[in-house]
Amino acid sequence: MKNPVMTASGTFGYGIEFADFVDLTQIGGIFVKGTTIEHREGNPYPRMAETPAGMLNAVGLQNKGADYFANNIYPNIKDIDTHMIVNVSGSTVETYVECAEKIAALDKIPAIELNISCPNVKHGGMAFGVTCAGAAEVVRAVRKVYPKTLIVKLSPNVTDVTEIARAVEAEGADAVSLINTLLGMAIDADKRKPILSTVTGGLSGPCVKPIALRMVWQTYNAVKIPIIGLGGISNWKDAVEFMLAGSSAIQIGTYNFVDPAISVKTVEGINDYLDKHGFKSVTEIIGALEV
Amino acid sequence: MKKYLLDLKVADNVRLHPNYCLLKLTSEETLPEMIPGQFVEVRVDGSSSTFLRRPISVNYVDKDRNELWLLVQLIGDGTRRMAEYRQGDTMNVVLPLGNGFTIPDSDQEEKNLLLVGGGVGTAPMLFLGAVLKSKGFHPIFLLGGRTQNDVLQLDDFAKFGEVCITTEDGSLGEKGFVTNHSILNTKLFDTIYTCGPKPMMVAVAKYAAGKDISCEVSLENTMACGFGACLCCVENTVEGHVCVCTEGPVFNTRKLKWQI
Repeated sequence: MKNPVMTASGTFGYGIEFADFVDLTQIGGIFVKGTTIEHREGNPYPRMAETPAGMLNAVGLQNKGADYFANNIYPNIKDIDTHMIVNVSGSTVETYVECAEKIAALDKIPAIELNISCPNVKHGGMAFGVTCAGAAEVVRAVRKVYPKTLIVKLSPNVTDVTEIARAVEAEGADAVSLINTLLGMAIDADKRKPILSTVTGGLSGPCVKPIALRMVWQTYNAVKIPIIGLGGISNWKDAVEFMLAGSSAIQIGTYNFVDPAISVKTVEGINDYLDKHGFKSVTEIIGALEV
Repeated sequence: MKKYLLDLKVADNVRLHPNYCLLKLTSEETLPEMIPGQFVEVRVDGSSSTFLRRPISVNYVDKDRNELWLLVQLIGDGTRRMAEYRQGDTMNVVLPLGNGFTIPDSDQEEKNLLLVGGGVGTAPMLFLGAVLKSKGFHPIFLLGGRTQNDVLQLDDFAKFGEVCITTEDGSLGEKGFVTNHSILNTKLFDTIYTCGPKPMMVAVAKYAAGKDISCEVSLENTMACGFGACLCCVENTVEGHVCVCTEGPVFNTRKLKWQI
């Protein structure tokens, strides 16, 4: 990987949406929009509520399905010179497997991120990610059909994230990414109604950073596989903190909406930090937190 | 159209009304090309409760002065903070975003074009009227507000076409809503463009549908990014959920699943 800065699924489209703002090849990796085997229309509008230092979303995995991705989107992104990683979701173990198989056939996609933590769909999604048995079951099944790098995206909506991380590590996950959004809600007091059509949604942005950082640190102390840290990263300093807490790489998510050029700025900021502190490689700061 | 992430300078910020300001932004470089109906995403610094950019429609582009005008309704902390920007301040803007209104071919200059705006929805109609006039058309504006104080930029509108007004209290123009205005009974229009509160746009769309007039509406669904990444601002259309920011904000009402 060129650098440890990647962009989070659902916040960076298929990369091409940001091509006017940043040189995509300077980003370490791009996690493209969550993909399911079937076409999904997603949840009804309204899907978004702004919060102080963050936002709630209830998109609900809107996408045109794995075949559409393979035939219509993949040809346009396969030659972007960075790691293009597909976030794979499903509603049953079978649909996760089917989708992973489809994506496995695409040569220029070196990895998938298995999304067992989407809080915005009624069936599947987070349901798999909140129990060790559920997480293990879906990872075991996908591992059998997916030979390339398998990253599992973990939910923060659990009592102990390390148990889930250990469970997916035991089933052969190559890495874990955390955290997905936190389940939250917003109310319009004047109308006495929820703002989101789904009532609850996923909270992201700088407001979740301390929780994400804590979970990365706990997970770093619990598993041997690499961790990709994310959750509210909005500048290079946040990124460095996640790496010190044990992330081998990081993803920038919601902040891409605020500053569409933040990914490349973060790459530059990390390099300056390494120079300033005399580190020769970014690997020297992974888990280098002095407690 | 290529999108830009620019630091623009505030050339002027005029408080037109207790709840509206007119921000005029400029740059040392020539501003990118923009078309009527498009919008920009403004980053608001200095408001702790404002996290996301604010989508604001293009009110007018003054090419001679290299100025982009934004008519901002002061609704929450973010827009109120925008009213505090002063001449010389820097504002970070993503632009231009979305698709614009359909401009008829210039050889059809006999077309009767009605531009209906209500509240802050009058904003894009100014730029649209200016471009239509420059193409040889004679647009008619129909602007609505609660009182005479709520109908803004009348001198600017008058430069580009005939201006019809309704106010709810009758303090200016005809009393009532835009759809009550007599021009709708006396003239037959070929195309209607509209932007404003949804009930107003639905009423305008109903009028247009009843007379088989092509009608374009500009939507303002809440959005996070403005360029098709977040999928938050979707509108239900005959093609399913589509992003207002990239497929709109201007839609022909035939595409929408509105009850009209």
